[in-house]
Amino acid sequence: MSKRFVNMLVPVISVILGLIVGAIVMLISDYDPIKGYIALWNGIFGDSYTIGETIRQITPYILAGLAVAFAFRTGLFNIGVEGQLIVGWFAAAYVGVAVDGLPKIIHLPLAILAAAAAGALWGLVPGYLKARFKVHEVIVTIMMNYVALHTTNALIKTISDGGDNTGKIAESASLRSAFLENMTDYSRLHLGIFVALLMVAVMWFILEKTTKGFELKAVGFNQHASEYSGMNVNRNIVLAMVISGAFAGMAGAMEALGTFEYASVKSGFTGVGFDGIAVALLGANTPVGVIFGAILFGSLKYGALNMPNEAGIPPEIVSIVIAIIIFFVASGYVIRLFLERMSKNKEAK
Amino acid sequence: MSFLEVLYFIVPNAIFYAAPLIFTAIGGVFSERSGVVNIGLEGLMVIGAFVGIVFNLFFVDVFGSSTEWVALLAAMIVAMIFSLLHAVAAISFRADQVVSGVAINLLAVAVTLFLVKMIFGKGQTDFIQERFLRTDIPILENIPVIGPMFFQHVYYTSILAFAVAILAWVVLYFTPFGLRIRAVGEHPMAADTMGINVSKMRYIAVMISGALAGIGGAIYAQSISLDFGHSTINGQGFMALAAMIFGKWHPLGALGAALFFGFAQALSIVGGSLPIIEEVPKVFLLILPYVLTILALAGFIGKATSPKANGIPYIKGNR
Repeated sequence: MSKRFVNMLVPVISVILGLIVGAIVMLISDYDPIKGYIALWNGIFGDSYTIGETIRQITPYILAGLAVAFAFRTGLFNIGVEGQLIVGWFAAAYVGVAVDGLPKIIHLPLAILAAAAAGALWGLVPGYLKARFKVHEVIVTIMMNYVALHTTNALIKTISDGGDNTGKIAESASLRSAFLENMTDYSRLHLGIFVALLMVAVMWFILEKTTKGFELKAVGFNQHASEYSGMNVNRNIVLAMVISGAFAGMAGAMEALGTFEYASVKSGFTGVGFDGIAVALLGANTPVGVIFGAILFGSLKYGALNMPNEAGIPPEIVSIVIAIIIFFVASGYVIRLFLERMSKNKEAK
Repeated sequence: MSFLEVLYFIVPNAIFYAAPLIFTAIGGVFSERSGVVNIGLEGLMVIGAFVGIVFNLFFVDVFGSSTEWVALLAAMIVAMIFSLLHAVAAISFRADQVVSGVAINLLAVAVTLFLVKMIFGKGQTDFIQERFLRTDIPILENIPVIGPMFFQHVYYTSILAFAVAILAWVVLYFTPFGLRIRAVGEHPMAADTMGINVSKMRYIAVMISGALAGIGGAIYAQSISLDFGHSTINGQGFMALAAMIFGKWHPLGALGAALFFGFAQALSIVGGSLPIIEEVPKVFLLILPYVLTILALAGFIGKATSPKANGIPYIKGNR
């Protein structure tokens, strides 16, 4: 089997294994897995409303996946997407609420840019510490997640005089679109999906068509070789984290400007940032692959909400499936080994 | 309130909040000393908290007033078994240990919430009746100054935490077993050459981390939250991970760091009733442990070096 084929097969097998484990769990706990998965399917593709909501759910996943994938490509592991998303969410909502009287064509991009800048700032810290002090980015980004959670909660309380949300953003900063809503039976589908797809193209362009992108990838492949050939490795590390953080911040903007139109005090993480890791891994860290990963995870997450109504199954079953998929994608070595053995046996025959 | 009164108030609370962190952080020390990064501590604590609460609720009639201790044991065993998933992925399947740790965290939350909904039909469990209670230690409580600070209104679990930290230090630094664990984490090939079974040592170390994190989670649930829901364990495991790094991968260092984080947590919760502290916005106390860890890592508070082979799967015969 060719290497490329095997690389594509590993995520597919992981997904299948995840779904099988989910079915087994449902069987053990006396639920009907067939009914469960049909409910899941209907929750994703049931009618135009659910399709609209599914696409809305996919939107932040694309951007979170891009954030993780971009860092991965440059040899960095950004577990801080969750925190960068949260600060981006807050920044976009703040600009949406506080700024008044601008036309939409300026206000909306401004709010998205604010989110990207906030996320970039949150990525800058671990990037700088990695470049300057060789501090491992994984730990710093985890810590930054908690700093983000507590800080934004405090900020929301401050600007709302002790309340628990920022209030609704101005119409001129909203991503909502009457056309998309009418088309999908008044779902919350918003224009963010186009922003997300645009960013997929942006990441592809940066990585494949610019010198800087080549440098970033080179640093990811081999730091020492890049250093030797005259690249500034440290600057590239910082830049990579900043760009990755900007993608993550924009994922927050999708929630702030499209889905919810406000930011509220959070008791815990959204989970989108962590699922972004899985999205990136499933997509083999390529921009186009991320779209597929995001479609899978966004659909599973949204479709799961239909499982209690239609089949009486707790939606957490899908979280179990997602965790198992991540587990198997991480253990890709074993799947590869298995595939190799299989193909060798075939050749021997 | 006089300064001493403030101390009498805050120190027992600091130790109270530190106990779960101490157990979990020591667990992390074992795992990472053997060369396996364990981001999954949070998930293992979730499992411990869940098993602790559910066991407590179901067996309270059987074990009566010792229920919380038996529940602790059950949590330890289940979390230890759960940690095997991480061990298999990280050691045998050569998975990226960080990704596998993330998967453990997600899986733990998903599985426990699924079970809670199945068993209780709602998002969280009922409150437990038998919980860890404060006690005064006889004789020692009468020591002036120190007595009221450390030996009045303390939990036996806190004392146990201190004991486990010292025990872990002795095991890791003064026994052949500890030497093997550290050798496997620093230079697995050298250890392998000397006839140490690298995989076996790492499996044992990860299971110890699972057991201790399970205890940590169960203590948290049975003395602080008293029920189990989606936000029962919310960052405790990551704080323990931070304590481990802050304590430079050393059991006693982790103990000290966990105590300090416990102090910060106690301040953020009871600080409202203390002079000076009540002026400080709560958010600064909430983010303090995390910011300090970042500063510590950056070398502002003494350079910390992780075990050399931490995070690298050992592949026999590779140079």
